[in-house]
Amino acid sequence: MSESCVFVGVIDCMYGNLLLVGMGMGSTGIISKACSRNDGNGAGTVAPPARILKYGNETQELLKWASRLLLNLLQSFYAIGHICDAGVEIWVFVHFGSFCILPSPYGISKKLTFRQKKKYGISKVLELLQWVADIGVKSVCLYDPEGVLKKNKEPIMQRFSSANLSEEAAVNGRLVTRRNLTLEFVSFEDGKEAVAKAANYLFVKHYANGTKEKSDFTEPQMAEALGAIGSGGADPDLLLIYGPTRCHLGFPAWRLRYTEIVHMGPLKSMSYGSLVKAIFKYTMVHQNYGS
Amino acid sequence: MTKKIGDQAGKMFEYFGSFLRKCIFSVLSVGPVPDHIAFIMDGNRRYAKKRNLLDGAGHRSGYLALMNMLKYCYELGVKYATIYAFSIDNFRRRPEEVQSTMQLILEKIEDLIKEESMVNQYGVRIYFLGSLKLLSKPVRLAAERAMVATSGNSKSVLSICLAYTSSDEILHAVQECCGEKWDEGSALESKGAGNGLVFLKGNENGKIKPSIVVKDLEKHMYAAVAPDPDIIIRTSGETRLSNFLLWQSANCLLYAPPILWPEIGLWHLVWAVLDFQRNFSYLKEKTKLS
Repeated sequence: MSESCVFVGVIDCMYGNLLLVGMGMGSTGIISKACSRNDGNGAGTVAPPARILKYGNETQELLKWASRLLLNLLQSFYAIGHICDAGVEIWVFVHFGSFCILPSPYGISKKLTFRQKKKYGISKVLELLQWVADIGVKSVCLYDPEGVLKKNKEPIMQRFSSANLSEEAAVNGRLVTRRNLTLEFVSFEDGKEAVAKAANYLFVKHYANGTKEKSDFTEPQMAEALGAIGSGGADPDLLLIYGPTRCHLGFPAWRLRYTEIVHMGPLKSMSYGSLVKAIFKYTMVHQNYGS
Repeated sequence: MTKKIGDQAGKMFEYFGSFLRKCIFSVLSVGPVPDHIAFIMDGNRRYAKKRNLLDGAGHRSGYLALMNMLKYCYELGVKYATIYAFSIDNFRRRPEEVQSTMQLILEKIEDLIKEESMVNQYGVRIYFLGSLKLLSKPVRLAAERAMVATSGNSKSVLSICLAYTSSDEILHAVQECCGEKWDEGSALESKGAGNGLVFLKGNENGKIKPSIVVKDLEKHMYAAVAPDPDIIIRTSGETRLSNFLLWQSANCLLYAPPILWPEIGLWHLVWAVLDFQRNFSYLKEKTKLS
């Protein structure tokens, strides 16, 4: 394993979603964290489809009501199960105090205006980046499906910018900070769209001389093409998702092959302890890579 | 006599279990039901080691668990199911292990084509996704036979990923798109329409006309036979996707129960579906935005 540590984080400021991708303890380790707005998604928020039963109207209504009640009950048990599970996690953290600072309590959802939400999201991200930098992570990638973070990276750059910014680091949107923390900003376009651009690049390179090449493209050629169009970058070792659900939201597929994907819960309730726990768990993982 | 009673008792339990399942699925169906569930069947070898079974017995137990899970999915109303049967990376295993796994796969493909199998009971059409040219001839021919034999089924779809990785799938799609664009260009040139070949002479003029788009790539993906998965379930608690459906899983719920694959049961599926229903509006919103 290489020595540098990279975190990749993605913030979706529109919805307060942050997907922080971190590179682990190796030179190409990246830790991803997805932070997401805690909009209090609860059980039973979906409109059920109509279901036609073969009985009389009244019986139909009664059966429909009973089914909805049972489903809501099931979903409540599911939610309670998750809350109990979270409670156990907090206890574990307090117990093993040597690994972490006491974790922050789970946040209570607040109604904020859009601007406040945006500010709130950025401040949380800055705090998160500070934590990962303190841990010793060398490289962080912030993934935001809508690309809001890419367009609004000034606060982060101001906080973490280095006095001597190398030109090579500025290429491909990678920024080397004062603490030698490499920051990268990625959005949904760097996923599927980038592969399409890479396909065009490969076509021009291998077919432009007027003859059809017989050999198939290889993975190194694809990686070189992605690098050439500005969507290269090492594969994350660890992807931390801060959000309501464990979903990578379109992070570049080519870079996600063997990445450990961990769900950290909402951004509002992020804690240093859970971050350390996730990294610790990652270090205990053994991958066979198929063999 | 005792055997007869035993058989009858067994049948009664089966009917009762089936009835209970129907009740649970009726309740679940009030909410949104996922259209497509994918499974990474991890943990067969660890299961065999845990139970002190012979080599290969873990995979056989895994096959039984798979048949049960597919049955539950199709009963619930999930139309598409995809399974990660054998990765290109798995060819790196010991040759004897690869050989015995291939033998088991061949045996089970033959079982699936039989008249009385689950596949025909639920009207399942089978597709094999992956670089099938990497497989040995008997397995490849059996796979092709299974696809032809089930081509008339239309109620549900089972996609079996054999010699598959997502990166190979993406490369294959890129290769196919480039080949297609080349053929289009050559056809235009043969008709005398030289203007269509700007992209071929891009390097000289410096004008490169991008002609491959995301839709072209998606058309050539192995997994284009089914819509994007709604849930990917990986057992044994491992949290990575191991090069499985990376392109298709952008807005997909990833569920990783800590049990080994042969230990998976109805409740894990119910839990996954409840999780999906709980996050349905969020995931739908994300799909619309992308």
